[in-house]
Amino acid sequence: MLLINCPWCGSRDETEFHYGSQAHIGYPEKPDELTDTEWAEYIFYRENTKGWFAERWVHSVGCRRWFNIWRNTQTHEFGPSYKPFTKQPSRPK
Amino acid sequence: MSTVKFTFDGTDYRGNKGEPLSAALLRNGIKVFTESSYLLRPRGVVGLGYEEPCALVQIDSGSGEPMVPSTKIELVDGLVVRSLAGVGDLPISPDKARYDKIFKHVDVLVIGAGLSGIKAAAKAAHKGKSVIILDDQAQVGGYLNDKNEKINSKLLKNIKKNNVVYLQRTTAIGLYDQNYVVAVERRSDHLSSEIIPNFARMRTWHIRASEIVLATGGFQRVLVFPNNDRPGIMLSHAAATYLHKYRVGNFKSAVVVTVDDNGYQDAIRIHKSGTKVEAIVDIRAKVSGKLVKEASKLGIEIILNSTAVDTSADQTGAVASVFVAATKLNGEVIGNKREIKADLVAISGGWTPTVHLATYLNLKPVWDSKIAAFKMPKLPQGLSSTGIANGEFDKVENLPAKFFGIIPDGEDAKVSFIDLQRDANVRDLRRAVGAGLTSVEHIKRYTTIGTAHDQGKTSGTTTMGLLAQLIDKEPQEVGTLTFRPPYVGVPFSALAGRDLGILSDPIRTTPIHPSHLNANAPMEDVGQWKRPWYFPIEKENMHEAVLRECKAAREGVAVMDASTLGKIDIQGPDAAIFLDRVYTNMFSTLKVGSSRYGLMCGVDGMVFDDGVTTRISENRFLMTTTTGGAARVLDWLEEWLQTEWPDLKVFCTSVTEHWSTVAIVGPKSRNLLAKLAPKLDVLNEAFPFMENRFADVAGIPARIARISFSGELAYEINIEAWYGLHIWEEVMNKGREFKITAYGTETMHVLRAEKGFVIVGQETDGTQTPQDLGMDWIVSKKKDFIGKRSFSRSDTAREKRHQLVGVLPLNIQTLLPEGAYIVNEGSSNTSGKIPHIGYVTSSYHSDALGRTFALAMIADGRNKIGQFAEVPMGDKVAQVEIVDSVFFDKENTRRDG
Repeated sequence: MLLINCPWCGSRDETEFHYGSQAHIGYPEKPDELTDTEWAEYIFYRENTKGWFAERWVHSVGCRRWFNIWRNTQTHEFGPSYKPFTKQPSRPK
Repeated sequence: MSTVKFTFDGTDYRGNKGEPLSAALLRNGIKVFTESSYLLRPRGVVGLGYEEPCALVQIDSGSGEPMVPSTKIELVDGLVVRSLAGVGDLPISPDKARYDKIFKHVDVLVIGAGLSGIKAAAKAAHKGKSVIILDDQAQVGGYLNDKNEKINSKLLKNIKKNNVVYLQRTTAIGLYDQNYVVAVERRSDHLSSEIIPNFARMRTWHIRASEIVLATGGFQRVLVFPNNDRPGIMLSHAAATYLHKYRVGNFKSAVVVTVDDNGYQDAIRIHKSGTKVEAIVDIRAKVSGKLVKEASKLGIEIILNSTAVDTSADQTGAVASVFVAATKLNGEVIGNKREIKADLVAISGGWTPTVHLATYLNLKPVWDSKIAAFKMPKLPQGLSSTGIANGEFDKVENLPAKFFGIIPDGEDAKVSFIDLQRDANVRDLRRAVGAGLTSVEHIKRYTTIGTAHDQGKTSGTTTMGLLAQLIDKEPQEVGTLTFRPPYVGVPFSALAGRDLGILSDPIRTTPIHPSHLNANAPMEDVGQWKRPWYFPIEKENMHEAVLRECKAAREGVAVMDASTLGKIDIQGPDAAIFLDRVYTNMFSTLKVGSSRYGLMCGVDGMVFDDGVTTRISENRFLMTTTTGGAARVLDWLEEWLQTEWPDLKVFCTSVTEHWSTVAIVGPKSRNLLAKLAPKLDVLNEAFPFMENRFADVAGIPARIARISFSGELAYEINIEAWYGLHIWEEVMNKGREFKITAYGTETMHVLRAEKGFVIVGQETDGTQTPQDLGMDWIVSKKKDFIGKRSFSRSDTAREKRHQLVGVLPLNIQTLLPEGAYIVNEGSSNTSGKIPHIGYVTSSYHSDALGRTFALAMIADGRNKIGQFAEVPMGDKVAQVEIVDSVFFDKENTRRDG
């Protein structure tokens, strides 16, 4: 049971959250101008990082807010969490 | 100490209240507890706690429980147990005992209340931290307690402070990320053999701690030699404790076989308890010091450079004598066998720190040659270990030997046991190595060593030691087995707590539900909702009821409880822009008071949900979703608002349960509505299709929407939820003169399928575009919306995708199974691989059509309309015609009544 730090509410059990995959994948500005490959990259392709990974979570049964957080996919350690559209803290060491 | 009565294998015995069942059985002269699982060899007790590999029992009194180590059962009056050989019986009747869960956050959690654990807890308590110290024993003290030694009372005072919670009889069964521990507390089995009413038998503790101290102690190991499994052969710490602490006095003479100084301590305790220790057999070449001197002084012969190499049995199968011989540290026997009579053979094969909890975090124990054992690895922040668990053994006079037993060949190998519960022996290990296996994980699976209830607590390190020897490596190169939670067996009921029966998952019902129950309507589960499936009259079956309900909706008036549809209140100045982005069609052009059907797609262009959305006012929309999709749609809307369009001023609120919805359907629904809302102008021109009116219905303010999911003239009456039942009853009363008929989900499905209306989740599975469903008309060309770009991807734009069509069996009575494959005409009878061209998504009997019909997804289906195909149905093949997906009233003439 991971302990996840919601930047709005504080640390809560994993069961209160849902996972939202890799962070910082924005909806393309002009989808029409993208090639099929570029559009497919946006829809389907995500990093599969071993180590520190910035990802999205939503506090579904808490404040229902989305946020980003650094997580080490190897050790399950968490780094800093941060609200959407705020500066990304640097990758934890 | 009071005497209690208990029953073992049908015979009554007496014992001391609170002592381990195993001690009471031994005192009653029972050495042979059971037979082994596979080889049916007699077996007795080996250990003292959860490490016990053999002496399991089935508890029949109280809640009943299979496979409990008799070493961990505290004797109570009336206890009924029976022996079992490896496999227990799950109690069949429901467990009437109560179980609880409790969630706690603390500064410091100490696991184990031996001396080291108490010291750690006292230190934290002294600093003012909140502390939980939990321990699987009935009393604090761990091994000191086994030895009847007292703990410093000053230390104990510290753990009685207000900021310390001490949990006795509580076993940590799992350690998870970010210092999360699950522990099970046994609260009543030691008080009564019966279920105590209104008292939680067990409590599962979910503890999150800033710091965890593992003070879990250790286990003594077995040694491997031929016939090392006979009853009367025990771990020396267990033997000494049974004799010394529990006063089990019926052994005549003992031999202690050791690799360390603990053997001497235990030999002295056994001897002083009144059982003569004939000899201490020590594999080490040279020993000295106080313990050795004391043992010698007591007249115990000390045989060095030697170990046990065989045993003999009496007529019951219990050990009668032990053969000892000079042996090298690598297990090679070099001397002659010498027989020593002993009905107790106490083994001190060295101690292993209990590292299980740390290994649950994927940490690998490290070999420490000084203690000849694996110990805790470097632990991450917030986690530490202390005492024996940390490899901090008592100061010894002589270092322990790295010795795990002898590794015989031939027949002797078959009776040299490593894992007693699995009957796994040296022959198994040799065969595994012979087959080329060198990884301890492979060996485990090949031999089953360490896979029993005890996960090899006493035999794990021994296995690794012997394996290392066989493949000529060091134990640290072989590594350790992977332990997995739970640390001990736990009843499911303890984990479930009170989340049983109707509390295991929420059940959602509408305010009209009591009326459905009165009508004896069978219920269908739709997500967590209970929805009436059909409303049988007298002895009607579903088929008969549904035909009657459909007929009423097409010819008269019928009524359905539509309250379960998901409803989301969408408000804000940018609400219309927002809906334009999430729906494939336009909503900003919708007039206030009007409704529109909308379709939502994922970014991949696949249909995700649908429903009718109504513009209540300029900046306020009421969206409806599928019954099962409501939560998913709200999540989706909020995700886009928060993560992509934070500039949009829009709020979404789930209002599913705020409104009750009663749908009246059929040509006579207008007449009925006129009766229900006398002040409302119900004429078609005054109240057209897809519009809403606010009016009192049976005296209750209502929003009436003219929408239809059946193709018939229909109205949905929306009222505040708590009036739902009242309105339903009024509709039924006023509808009597029109012979109003209640209908359920099945009729709803038939009516909509006759019209070719899709149900998201029935016709779709997340791989259909609106175009696949023949719904190009709902896809706007004027705006961008979620998923639009995907429609021009090569795969979604290609021709011959699976498309929604109708399918009519040539035999009008044949009901195609939903999900059935459709194949080309004539191909059913061919041999080999038959490609399918599609599948049936919905299939029903229709009253209106007077026959069966189906919807299907077929490759290039729209171009195949008019062609024939086949549906294999087990032994039979149904011939079908591919037709348009709208079966009934293609011209939409019925909608206006």
